[in-house]
Amino acid sequence: MLAFVLALVIGALLIVFTTESVTSTLSYFFSKPGDFFSAAWSAVSDAYVAMFRGAVINDRGWDFRTVFTPLTETMTVATPLIIAALGVAVAFRAGLFNIGAQGQVILGATFAGYIGFTWHLPVVVHVLVALVGGLLGGAIWASIAGVLRARTGAHEVIVTIMLNYVALYLLAYLLTTRFFTQSGSNQPKSPAVGPNANLPLLLGDHFRLNAGFLVAILAAVFVWWLMTRSTWGFRFRAVGSNPNASRNAGIGVATTFIAVMAVSGALAGLAGAVQVLGTEKSLTGGIAGSLGFDAITVALLGRSKPLGIFFAGLLYAALDVGGRSMEAATGTPIDLVLVIQSLVVLFIAAPPLVRAIFRLPAPRPDAKGARA
Amino acid sequence: MKLELRGITKRFGPLVANDHIDLVVEPGEVHALLGENGAGKSTLMNVLFGLYKADEGEIVVDDEPVAFKGPGDALAAGIGMVHQHFMLVPVFTVAENVMLGHEPTRGGGLLDLDAARRTVRELSDRFGFGLDPDAVVEDLPVGVQQRVEIVKALVRDARVLILDEPTAVLTPQETDELIAIMRELKAQGTSIVFITHKLREVKAVADVITVIRRGAVVGSASPDAAETELAAMMVGRAVSLGVDKAPAEPGEETFQVEHLTVRDANGIAVVDDVSFSVARGEILAVAGVQGNGQTELSEAVVGLVPATGSIRLEGRELVGLSPHEILDAGVGFVPEDRTVDGLVLDFTVAENLVLDLHDRKPFARGVALDLGAIRKNARERIEEYDIRTQGPAQEVGRLSGGNQQKVVVARELSRPLKVFVASQPTRGVDVGSIEFLHKRIVAERDNGTPVVIVSTELDEVAALADRIAVMYRGKIVGIVPADTPRAVLGLMMAGAGAEEAREQATETELDQLADEHTHETGAQQ
Amino acid sequence: MLGLLALVLFGLLPAGGRETTFGLSTSSDFVHLGPVTVPSKASAVVLSVLALLAAAYAGWCVSRARRVGRWVTIVFAVLWVLAFLTWAVAGKSTSLVSLLAGSLFLAVPLAFGALGGLIGERAGVVNIAIEGQLLTGAFGAAVFASIVSNAYLGLVAAPVAGLVIGALLALFTVKYHVNQIIVGVVLNVFAVGLTSFLYSSVLKENAATLNSPPRLPTLPIPVLGDIPVIGPVLFRQTLLVYLLYVAIVVGAIALFRTRWGLRVRAVGEYPAAADTVGIDVNRTRWGNVLLGSMVAGLGGAFFTVGSVGAFSQEMTAGKGYIALAAMILGRWSPWGALGAALLFGFSDKLQQVLGVLGTAIPNQFMLMLPYVVTIFAVAGLVGRVRGPAADGVPYVKE
Repeated sequence: MLAFVLALVIGALLIVFTTESVTSTLSYFFSKPGDFFSAAWSAVSDAYVAMFRGAVINDRGWDFRTVFTPLTETMTVATPLIIAALGVAVAFRAGLFNIGAQGQVILGATFAGYIGFTWHLPVVVHVLVALVGGLLGGAIWASIAGVLRARTGAHEVIVTIMLNYVALYLLAYLLTTRFFTQSGSNQPKSPAVGPNANLPLLLGDHFRLNAGFLVAILAAVFVWWLMTRSTWGFRFRAVGSNPNASRNAGIGVATTFIAVMAVSGALAGLAGAVQVLGTEKSLTGGIAGSLGFDAITVALLGRSKPLGIFFAGLLYAALDVGGRSMEAATGTPIDLVLVIQSLVVLFIAAPPLVRAIFRLPAPRPDAKGARA
Repeated sequence: MKLELRGITKRFGPLVANDHIDLVVEPGEVHALLGENGAGKSTLMNVLFGLYKADEGEIVVDDEPVAFKGPGDALAAGIGMVHQHFMLVPVFTVAENVMLGHEPTRGGGLLDLDAARRTVRELSDRFGFGLDPDAVVEDLPVGVQQRVEIVKALVRDARVLILDEPTAVLTPQETDELIAIMRELKAQGTSIVFITHKLREVKAVADVITVIRRGAVVGSASPDAAETELAAMMVGRAVSLGVDKAPAEPGEETFQVEHLTVRDANGIAVVDDVSFSVARGEILAVAGVQGNGQTELSEAVVGLVPATGSIRLEGRELVGLSPHEILDAGVGFVPEDRTVDGLVLDFTVAENLVLDLHDRKPFARGVALDLGAIRKNARERIEEYDIRTQGPAQEVGRLSGGNQQKVVVARELSRPLKVFVASQPTRGVDVGSIEFLHKRIVAERDNGTPVVIVSTELDEVAALADRIAVMYRGKIVGIVPADTPRAVLGLMMAGAGAEEAREQATETELDQLADEHTHETGAQQ
Repeated sequence: MLGLLALVLFGLLPAGGRETTFGLSTSSDFVHLGPVTVPSKASAVVLSVLALLAAAYAGWCVSRARRVGRWVTIVFAVLWVLAFLTWAVAGKSTSLVSLLAGSLFLAVPLAFGALGGLIGERAGVVNIAIEGQLLTGAFGAAVFASIVSNAYLGLVAAPVAGLVIGALLALFTVKYHVNQIIVGVVLNVFAVGLTSFLYSSVLKENAATLNSPPRLPTLPIPVLGDIPVIGPVLFRQTLLVYLLYVAIVVGAIALFRTRWGLRVRAVGEYPAAADTVGIDVNRTRWGNVLLGSMVAGLGGAFFTVGSVGAFSQEMTAGKGYIALAAMILGRWSPWGALGAALLFGFSDKLQQVLGVLGTAIPNQFMLMLPYVVTIFAVAGLVGRVRGPAADGVPYVKE
């Protein structure tokens, strides 16, 4: 919590010193310091209030729909983040760094999207098959890194980073082929997925929130069960903590590495599938956005625990969604959100630092302002 | 140089590793610091060397109190240390290792390797070390690496040299050479603090002996003191390292190893055409100096390293099977380093107790774990093995070494075994746990299980073995009865065949060594 | 095997009768060499056969349990690439000089990044944040060079900007022992966020004063620059490229021939051993991370004052990760890093050239190439190569 506050404070400082109405008061800071502080306060509070309104509850809304749209939007954005972050977390707990969620998301989206817009299957079945396709796509892609790690010792961090780019260009290529583009179109965009393959909307047509959110909850429960209640999870954790002792106890370390990566990638692929079937509806080169990288941050923020990730995903999405409306309302660029997000993770990872900062005398921001 | 420690106290959390220790090292003396594993000797020396900060007390050099912020200060004050785990960079050459930290340069920070080589050669010649300055350290035998460490200290004009358990990794012959080196150093004016738990070496070289037990000085002794007396001081009571065990009643030979060969990454045979067999109800101890292939031998049995040849257990071939299959076939295995190979330290006691059985009944139903059964099993094992823990949910990493080892042994003995292989079963374990573990191992033998113990401690070999196989450079140089004199075993550990060793021992040192042997046996009873 | 593939693919399959033209010099050259035109099919076959011979020699060496000289691999690679080029450019013409010069040019940020990375990793701190250092370096160089209207002063600002990320990396990894990979990944996000935020909130509105830096001019070196082929490739470059030559040479000497280098390597291999001889492990690591981040930051200057001028969001586009790969592929040595960076620079340039010429290979596959090469390299070649033993392990003293 302190980490979050601290990150917001630093974000506030950035807003203060980049907003023209505030910096202009600095020229006469010593004659009228009050101007500076009031300008600074209004810039910061405007930005953060806009962020809150955009992300959680719009208290200026005039009906049910406008009041709650922001919250459901946050939940929609959080959905694939939570699922992909669960995948990253599974690998973390097993001592593997899956930096490749991005590539696995792309492959999952590609598989699910392809099944979605080319096959024709009955209701329910189609969407399930497409989701399974997403699982498979991610699992296969991640297994490459798992197999290379197990067979040759190639570090999974490097391999997964490289596979991200390969996946990116692979999708870009596929979107130029006739199998993936709308007939008669040169746009690198696939046809929309069939109606039976869509994840149904949960709250009616006015909200984008879809059944993917339920998939995310199921995934979180599944990961909890997997890691704490199953023999697979037991092996994952054992190998992650001490591969030598695990080998001595008859646990196949190489096969465990591959299994971990497959499960981790399957979840990331599922996130891609949910993204294409629930939110985006068709496959584009930028389908994954920065989902896979954000998932790493969310996994770290949630300390690799399912419940923690669930809330970290919501928080992260809230910052993202809120950042957009902040940009629209006050002109503060959304990139500020990235700064805040990364700082939160850093501060959470180094509690002694946060403690050290908060033991300092309280009027620190003021002192800084005066020096500037 | 005179070195004094006054009232040194060092705590690690609730544990007091050093409790107001006073120690005086006079110039030009060999001062032995005698104590059991875990008595606090190494902690004390790390405080002296500036690696740890003492919570209380002071260090006095030539009557001047000094404060060491780090090893650099200790080195500057003329204190050198040869660590139990060598502080050598494996990929550096001898010269580079020796020069590290006070490198001769040719201006502009460029290294003067020639000067470093010359220094190494000079010191090496002066003490007869025979070091090649350009050899890469990781390719050298441990005995030679140790000399590099000594040279490192001497180059820095160390006037007090701390040797931390220097003989643990040496053959008896290398040990003799080291003792000669210590005498030579002393003759040239260097004081030595010699840390060990081996009585014979202390008697051979020390001028003064200080005994430490449970972090505190319990007294000092002269080298003339009887070994029984020293041992009693060290352990705090009369020692009985010998286990009360009935004579073995060997049954059918069910565990047979034939022509077993293990090659390392460079293709060198670290286990070289080894054959032996063990009968039901018999303990075979594999003795030898660390690094002569015993580790690889035990790992090959469990399938952790690829091997050629044959290992048969009740007629079933084990070579080529996976560790999982081998454990299933009824092999129990205690690895030599429990924290690295035996336990998952941040797992709970309960989880570690089922590490190898977690996917089997009654601990698993399908892919789901039965946490209740795992907890119940943990409670039973904790009771049976007297594991001192707050409960099944405590992390194993928080237990003492002895209790950790009990967890490993309890796990391995908790399923029906057809052969039990234990590597260094009591290394770094307190005396109480040693006795307990030894009794358990003998009990397993009496159940009719063939037992193989790999140990570098002759005391342990003597206590447990029904027969002793001695390994040297990957080969078994001989398998001899349990009552073989230590002198003979020592020579075998240096590579002599059984017959040859017996002859040599008789011809040259038999009287003296036999004399010491009786002392030793005396000390044990 | 690759040789055989080359023979079939580039030599035998395509229809003959076309010609490939390699331009060997530019019009301003002192010594003018005419363009070389060769029949593509025949030369591709010849080159492939030669490559096969090299491969066969290597195979023979292996069968005789001899070590395969590195030159065999290089010769093979060069021949293979030439065969490939001959095939790809068949019927058209391309300038070999601009291809090579462009490769070197594109390798600059990779080489700086890899060098910066290995300076940190030799001391035992994994630097995934190269990407962030390149980005802030690019940003710092652009802004400062714009303010003072001097591209060279941008080269001073870039390392300082890289230092910001380096200082954070050191703070969290060395002082607070946070997992080095995590910190690196997060710092990359931080760098993207910070530079993009400042770009949108400040640079965009004041582009004229803050984001229109002059570019580094090309500085031909007299005499050396006039050597045919080599001259234009190596010695008609910008100051940044010459700084790279210096950095690599100084880096190689400093790491392997000086007191500083010996201590750094000791800290990266076995910190406890370094500590016992009085070397302050964490101070060494701080110093190296900071130095490395400055080197990487300097490489970042390439993206702005070194090439296009103005800064734009996320303009490093993953080059930092390729630099990381170059470092590993180059086995943590400055010369190796340079070599690997050149390889990646070459494949990047090749992709551009072939994209312009319009060959049969889809553009996306050429873009993939460096990453695929890295995966093969990491899995095949480097699996057995050791990095610094204590890389990534925080040094915690009681």
